[in-house]
Amino acid sequence: MERLLFDQLGEELYYEKMTNGLDVYILPKKGFNKTFVTFTTKYGSIDNYFVPLGQKDLKLVPDGIAHFLEHKMFEKEDGDVFGHFSKQGASANAFTSFTRTAYLFSSTTNVKENLETLINFVQEPYFTEKTVEKEKGIIGQEIQMYNDNPDWRLYFGAIENMYHNHPVKIDIAGTIDSIAKITKDLLYECYHTFYHPSNMLLFVVGPVNPQEMMNFIKDNQAKKPFTDQPEIERKFAKEPTAVAKKEQVLHMNVQTPKIMVGIKGSYTNQKGDTLLKNELSTQLLMDLLFNQSSENYREMYDAGLIDDSFSYDYTQEESFSFALVGGDTREPEQLQEKLTSILKQAKSAKNLSEEALERVKKNRIGSFLRALNSPEYIANQFTRYAFNEMDLFKVVPMLEEITFSDVKKVANDLIADDRLTVCKVLPKNS
Amino acid sequence: MEKVIDNQGVKLHLVKTDKYKTNTIVFKMKAPIEKEYATTRALLPYVLQSGTNTYPSFTELRTYLENLYGATLSVDLQKKGEYHIISITMEVANEKFLKQSEPLLDKALTLLADVLFNPRSANDSFDEQIVAKEKRTLKQRIQAVNDDKMRYANLRLIQEMCKDEPYAIPVNGILEDVDQITAQSLYNYYQDSLSSDELDLYIVGDFTEEEVIQSCQAKFQLKSRTSKKVEQTNIRKRVKENVIIEKQDVAQGKLNMGLRTNTRYGEDDYFALQVFNGLFGGFPHSKLFINVREKASLAYYAASRLESHKGLMLVMTGIETKNYEKAVTIIKEQLQAMKNGDFTEADIEQTKAVIQNQMLETLDTSRGLVEVLYHNVISGTNVSEEVWKEKIANVTKENIIQVGEKIQLDTIYFLSGLEA
Repeated sequence: MERLLFDQLGEELYYEKMTNGLDVYILPKKGFNKTFVTFTTKYGSIDNYFVPLGQKDLKLVPDGIAHFLEHKMFEKEDGDVFGHFSKQGASANAFTSFTRTAYLFSSTTNVKENLETLINFVQEPYFTEKTVEKEKGIIGQEIQMYNDNPDWRLYFGAIENMYHNHPVKIDIAGTIDSIAKITKDLLYECYHTFYHPSNMLLFVVGPVNPQEMMNFIKDNQAKKPFTDQPEIERKFAKEPTAVAKKEQVLHMNVQTPKIMVGIKGSYTNQKGDTLLKNELSTQLLMDLLFNQSSENYREMYDAGLIDDSFSYDYTQEESFSFALVGGDTREPEQLQEKLTSILKQAKSAKNLSEEALERVKKNRIGSFLRALNSPEYIANQFTRYAFNEMDLFKVVPMLEEITFSDVKKVANDLIADDRLTVCKVLPKNS
Repeated sequence: MEKVIDNQGVKLHLVKTDKYKTNTIVFKMKAPIEKEYATTRALLPYVLQSGTNTYPSFTELRTYLENLYGATLSVDLQKKGEYHIISITMEVANEKFLKQSEPLLDKALTLLADVLFNPRSANDSFDEQIVAKEKRTLKQRIQAVNDDKMRYANLRLIQEMCKDEPYAIPVNGILEDVDQITAQSLYNYYQDSLSSDELDLYIVGDFTEEEVIQSCQAKFQLKSRTSKKVEQTNIRKRVKENVIIEKQDVAQGKLNMGLRTNTRYGEDDYFALQVFNGLFGGFPHSKLFINVREKASLAYYAASRLESHKGLMLVMTGIETKNYEKAVTIIKEQLQAMKNGDFTEADIEQTKAVIQNQMLETLDTSRGLVEVLYHNVISGTNVSEEVWKEKIANVTKENIIQVGEKIQLDTIYFLSGLEA
């Protein structure tokens, strides 16, 4: 077991790779009541084209299958796993993102029992035609719930605009039609391809004894007959640099229009420190342009173009990246024009201030410390970082290192006319 | 766990712990919900955080916060029972985790006092422009609920169910009342609030108690006051439940049901009510989740929660419009099963375990901790963590059935799709 110390942050982290390839991390948190554990596979909604385990050819699977699989993991021959967890005083959950599926629990008692339940239920699939059919009604309602949610539709509309081929443009839950095609055999095929321990990471954070926990996990894994599995072959169709659609308007049952301006990222296939530096530099760029202390924010707010729903974000993963900015507005045309012009000017750094950079860096450092109060943040983000070969605990030193010219460079790399797009949600009768 | 110090007009609550990397400050203002002033009250905290005489604009204030290593300042309103609560929350890094060290907590307290006692104003009036802008944003905030169907259905249920009670007034106020607020009228309301609201200041984190007490005594000087208590409104009993169906263009119908528990936080049988709610709809092992979702496959979410100070239990689920009757029938059956005591000792133990777990988890976050402690202020009781645990542990099946006898279905609200 390795021990990693982060003096300035007052944290220590323990790590060991199991013989079956599973990465296990333990972060003791003194003074907390709860232990939070995530068990995550590097498999999300974008992994829809791959060579299934033991086969030779690439296969395209129905949209929404990773998320469907996540739902079905909770049902076993003797009933539903939620019940086991609550008998042991834990609350359990799971989520599927573009790139990951995570299973998790938190509990303040019976931590070992709950940990065992978590590992075992994820490593023992049980699918039948009957339970798969039943789930279609439940997930169908989950899809409809999101269909009525204008913020979600806006977000996905903007991403859909950006991509010609990349599956990030497909809604994580799929559609009612696409999930109709899911069968138990397809679920097993995806499961066996992506749920091998060598594609997974277990993170434990809480008031635990790290050695004891590590031994417990090791014993559990040693009992299971995993055989080595070759690297998973995933394929993404070639994606042009320009956006697929410049604009999309969704007419919905809303009173207030919403807009989201998106920029399709130019960085792909980055990992590790390079990815970390570019992601943080771009986030700082967005802070400079749009955060609440910026001149742009003041102008837009004073002009009544934005309200407190205004937000922005930049995400970068290995095979895709994008920036989004927008919110509710009475003046969708004017806001679109304003946001576009701010972004275009930023390309040549005309509206970027070096003095403000120091301030937004301080702001990011403080936010990071605040985030470290949250076991959920630590486990989820650490896993996301690790899957991208980045180190969460390098965020502060990396932020300190980023210079004004780094930010100017990402602005110049990111922003281009043909990578800008806009999605609007407008009232139905307009 | 908390140390409480009466500092004349404001009660100080200190919780010392070294488990966080930040210090959290929460200032709470409590007054009865009143139709006449609700909208003004909903506007006030947003105007306060828009500028002070020291940092005269939102931009300058935010710039200063960023320089304090990303200190946060946020405002929020809640309805708790018959009260309309303003919360102003700050969170600031603990400088021991930073390379440079400045006394960030003290600076944050100074800023909070500035926001509260020195807002941008002149001649007994707030700044006209700030008030105009914040009125515009308040209108948008009030209207935004119409575009979020889950929140909308909940708001409509409460409006229908609590008609003629102050609790029916939405937390952000009433759209039609925004225009008549002026920079002067708001300033008058602000002064009245500071002199008559019940005020509580919570500080959670790693600090030197003496220093913080001294600092607060110097910065928060307010006159003593007696807090306004509201009698619980008398609720008419319904012979048959009220059913409201509203049609809109939605893909998913939202079914929200309101029940009167006739039991409130601070009362002896409240603990049994918590277990009742846990068995009925609080968790994924509860009757609603198992029967509406897992067995009938009608919904993705099906749950119940308590509005503990108001004595309400609210059921919510999202279904296909054509399944309305089926869902209502299942939910009513589950309620009846609860009242009949159709649950085992093992079910009770399981539910107690997750309730205890949920509470301990809430206490792990500084804001959760403050909310839990503040329940005592609202209800005028003093339930400690230990007492709470013990009371939950001691709840019997009989207690649950008894508390269930007092629960009555009051209103069914359905936001229906157009197809049916």
